[in-house]
Amino acid sequence: MNDSGQGLQFATCRELSRSVIRAVDFVGMFWIAWKMLIGNRAKYLGIVFGVVFAALLIAQQASIFCGLMSLTISQIYDTAGPDIWVMDENVQFVDDIKPLSDTELFRVKGVPGVDWAVRFYKGIARARLEEGTYEQMILLGLDDATLVGAPQQVFLGSIADLRRPDAVIIDDAGYKRIWPGEPYRLGRSFEMNDRRAVIVGITKASRTFQSFPIIYTRYSQAVLFAPPERKVLSFVLADAQPGLDPEEVCRRITERTGLQAVTQEQFTWKTIWYYLKKTGIPVNFGITVFLGFLVGTAIAGQTFYLFTVENIRQFGALKAMGTSNWMILLMVLSQAIQVGVVGYGVGVGLAALFGFWSRAATRLSFFMPWQVLAITGVAVFVIVLLASLLSVRKVLVVDPAIVFRGG
Amino acid sequence: MAGLHVYDDRHTDDMAVRVRGVTKEFGSGGSLTKALRGVDLDVPYGEMLMLVGPSGCGKTTLVSIVAGTLEPTDGDVHVLGHDLVSMSNGRKVRFRRDNVGFIFQAFNLLPALTAVENAAVPLLIAGWRRAHAVEAAADVLERLGLGDRLASLPSELSGGQQQRVAIARALVHEPRLLVCDEPTSALDAANGRITMELIQQVAVQPDRAVIVVTHDSRVYSFADRIASMEDGRIESVESGPHEPTAV
Ligand SMILES: Nc1ncnc2c1ncn2[C@@H]1O[C@H](COP(=O)(O)OP(=O)(O)OP(=O)(O)O)[C@@H](O)[C@H]1O
Ligand SMILES: [Mg+2]
Repeated sequence: MNDSGQGLQFATCRELSRSVIRAVDFVGMFWIAWKMLIGNRAKYLGIVFGVVFAALLIAQQASIFCGLMSLTISQIYDTAGPDIWVMDENVQFVDDIKPLSDTELFRVKGVPGVDWAVRFYKGIARARLEEGTYEQMILLGLDDATLVGAPQQVFLGSIADLRRPDAVIIDDAGYKRIWPGEPYRLGRSFEMNDRRAVIVGITKASRTFQSFPIIYTRYSQAVLFAPPERKVLSFVLADAQPGLDPEEVCRRITERTGLQAVTQEQFTWKTIWYYLKKTGIPVNFGITVFLGFLVGTAIAGQTFYLFTVENIRQFGALKAMGTSNWMILLMVLSQAIQVGVVGYGVGVGLAALFGFWSRAATRLSFFMPWQVLAITGVAVFVIVLLASLLSVRKVLVVDPAIVFRGG
Repeated sequence: MAGLHVYDDRHTDDMAVRVRGVTKEFGSGGSLTKALRGVDLDVPYGEMLMLVGPSGCGKTTLVSIVAGTLEPTDGDVHVLGHDLVSMSNGRKVRFRRDNVGFIFQAFNLLPALTAVENAAVPLLIAGWRRAHAVEAAADVLERLGLGDRLASLPSELSGGQQQRVAIARALVHEPRLLVCDEPTSALDAANGRITMELIQQVAVQPDRAVIVVTHDSRVYSFADRIASMEDGRIESVESGPHEPTAV
């Protein structure tokens, strides 16, 4: 780079920093920009609407997506206790059951570094209700001796009662689904695989992807409830010895047994990745989010552009009266940011309201972690930036002499 | 304010505006328009000069160049001692901010601002605090007889009142050059007369100069000099004040 080029760059930098420093004294100009912006109520609402629309669509769709993803892994987190899940090497996600033979439990127990290991049954069973109707249920079988993986939020009855014959614990959402409008009552029974199951407890449980009722029982009982199969062991749940890295123990288990062993965290990501890669879910949501972004940019960009063009004489007058291009740029940016903040606030607020409503009124899953808010914020920022850049050029090149021409 | 800026090319003569051999061409090739074909013009301090002539003869083009909003194609332009031709764009912006007041035919008030806020705009551009700027603007509007309409929006004002707000805005920062393009053409005779009286009273001062472009023969009587333009040239400069011609 030659000297004159450097000089030019420095001059521009100096000009910029001087303008930015001066901008602190120029609150009055930002105030004018703000008045110009909200002066035309209809136009203002039009611009804000575009941003609200985009923010709402992006935040809402992303939250439903996160909700769905959290459904897919809810059963992994609800199974409290074990660090390590051991399963067939071809299992791809938590609902992908490929039964092992019962002897695998002892092979896992024999791996050095494994503190303890227990059996865990997970499957779908068909229940025949007293009324004669049938209902699909998620059946979970817990180790008879330790009850590892037992529900954490039993609010009626007790976990200890699971040891009684035919005992099951059901989740409250499932209970309401089977017997809508009826009060919780222990001792109610139904049949699975021609065997009686008696409800001894009711628990809260996270909602699942399939949204069937969840039935907890002992492993030995679950095997009887389940449709007869040659192999029934779904997972071996295990823990690493204190002080050992669970991932290292997983590697040892795989080495010794040829089974797939993953930590709880790895299993959740494995499940999420499965849904991301093997289903159309992320593509569908991605398209909707992207469309929201595009449409929001189009509406906001177009209305902002029209707004700016309509005010071109006003900007021209300000320039004639001695407003620098930097100041004009800052004014337009401040207008864009103002629109962005309002649009973001309203859009995300509406999305949250939608979330509350859908939780109360529908079975739609909705989960809005801070990442969704951040992503929406970035998208809105890009939208208003694009919208303002689209129109600011028009203002920067406007000849201040325009104001002398009639009209 | 202008005293803060010391330029090397500062002249100490008594001409507020000195224009020499200025030409201005718009477009190129077949669509080339020669708006100015070599203009010489002097405006002394303390005077009001009127620029008259048929439509399209280049009046607006000339005052735009003098006000520093348009570049000449060729020639010399000195305003208040500053050489506008060699001045950088950034400096020209600041020159306008500090030294020039504008009154436009189409008022060009900001519709979202009240009368007093509109009048305060040049002070806000100069970085004044809003409260101070509005206070100063209110003073000027009161002098112009609009003390009771400070909080009105332009859309709530008559044409004559709007033009008075525009005058207040042009004068609030006490510029040394006031440039008016057809300030009375949107007004009826009475309001046009009041407007010119105000401009004459407030803006014609020993260390200032006023240029008024006008078609309006009713207001010729306010001029100290009248420059007649024809086809991009100044044909004659006569001394005023003229008697108003019969309507
Ligand atoms: N931006 C421009 N681009 C092209 N031509 C222009 C431009 N501005 C002015 N002109 C031309 O220059 C000539 C002088 O225009 P100018 O506006 O100075 O005339 P005027 O004397 O102010 O006319 P009026 O009394 O109608 O306002 C005209 O022929 C006009 O068409
Ligand atoms: Mg004109």
